[in-house]
Amino acid sequence: MANNVKQERMALNGDEAAAYAAKQSEVDVVAAYPITPQTIIVEKFSEYVADGEVNTEFVCTESEHSALTACIAASSTGARTFTASASAGLALMHEMLFVASGCRTPIVMAIANRALSAPLNIHGDHSDSMAQRDSGWIQIYVENAQEAYDSIIQAFRIAENSKVLLPVIVGLDGFTLSHTLENVNGLPDDAVKQFVGTRQLTTVTTHEGKTVPFKLDPANPMTIGPIALQNYYFEFKRQQEEGMKNALTVIQQVHDEYAALSGRSYGNGLIEEYQLEDAEVATICAGSTAGTMKTVVDELRQEGVKAGLLKLRTFRPFPVEAVRNALKNVKAVAVMDKSMSFGGNGGAVFHEVRHAMYDAATHPLIVDYIYGLGGRDLNPKEFRRVYDDVHRMLHAGRVDKLVHFLGLRE
Amino acid sequence: MSREKTWKEISPAGVCPKSSTSFLTGDWKTYTPVRDLEKCTTCLICVIYCPDGAIRWRPELGKIEIDLNFCKGCGICANECPTKAITMKLDKGDE
Repeated sequence: MANNVKQERMALNGDEAAAYAAKQSEVDVVAAYPITPQTIIVEKFSEYVADGEVNTEFVCTESEHSALTACIAASSTGARTFTASASAGLALMHEMLFVASGCRTPIVMAIANRALSAPLNIHGDHSDSMAQRDSGWIQIYVENAQEAYDSIIQAFRIAENSKVLLPVIVGLDGFTLSHTLENVNGLPDDAVKQFVGTRQLTTVTTHEGKTVPFKLDPANPMTIGPIALQNYYFEFKRQQEEGMKNALTVIQQVHDEYAALSGRSYGNGLIEEYQLEDAEVATICAGSTAGTMKTVVDELRQEGVKAGLLKLRTFRPFPVEAVRNALKNVKAVAVMDKSMSFGGNGGAVFHEVRHAMYDAATHPLIVDYIYGLGGRDLNPKEFRRVYDDVHRMLHAGRVDKLVHFLGLRE
Repeated sequence: MSREKTWKEISPAGVCPKSSTSFLTGDWKTYTPVRDLEKCTTCLICVIYCPDGAIRWRPELGKIEIDLNFCKGCGICANECPTKAITMKLDKGDE
């Protein structure tokens, strides 16, 4: 792939990489409230504002609910809008998440994924964003700080595409990524500016019968997101679903275009297949775990084991076709879930993957591993055991236990 | 009534296809304000208090008008009127 721009190598943690990407994307408005492990993102961004490095309106609000409300208002006027949150902060935004997607405001939000209370825990798992699965936001999970940087830049193009027009969450694992210093290659400012472009607005017909840009503007008054009852509410929800469907294509297009610019790609933008082509056993995971898992796959491959990995980059919209296609020759699969759906007989990713495979010509055996809750660390050796378990399952030819807890004291 | 549109035909995000003045919210009401012009001193307190802007002062006519198309029958005007010139009457249809 052509790498035709000179890039700057920087030492950044995941949060700083996200802030830097937002800065280069020339966001008009940032409204945010601090929460660990996201704080560095808005802290860093407020430095850019204080130092005059950006031309951004920075709004310090009194809560996350207000932060997202301000973002929705800003985005409704046509402004490019960015925010960041985590855990309880994202939970407090819950109500407004639905307003943002329902008002079709293409806000980009970095989430430094963190556990939810109680008991209080500031460390990384996917409980916060997985709990917002049905809020109508696109969800992308990243493997490292570099991907956080790349994905934030891509997210503006995805969100603002007129066929999508939906807000995007970019999830980076709390502490594992948010606070860990890594090498990050940054594109030049003008390359990012050119790639992201200015926000293009779709047109709508107002109550005055005028066709105007879709934004709040005193010159062309309109009402966005008012009341719609039994006769129209359902139709608006169907429109959002179409946006999600279109996002499957747009995410790939934006990803490919960015790959041509930067020389960096993440599978097809929806999923990344790692040694999956001839794999008999595989794991599926989202986020930073994919990095560890690749090391494990490399070890197993050296020993002659046909092991593979499916990294799930886009969780919403769920890439059903891509997952089904990637797993078509795999015989046994372990899904890694870094969040719990209490009473749900497995985690969120597990449900989606099993659902995707139901209509496949051949089904692999599929089991779930809940792991890493509250930031519990797992080393490659422990992940290796998952492949060993999956192998045993393959030889037995049946699933004995559907849901496992990895790294739990039993 | 015109045919209701499909999801492909409507604007996104519930952008209102009609002006708010075309939604006759007056049909929500149960009680209707009735004025006694003998008692009315044209103090305009009802004009200020009406939450829907349904009571208007028409200087060119020198009188107050209540637009029943937008009066929801809340009765605030009757409550605030210092001379008790407004009374709330049950709508005929609801009697």
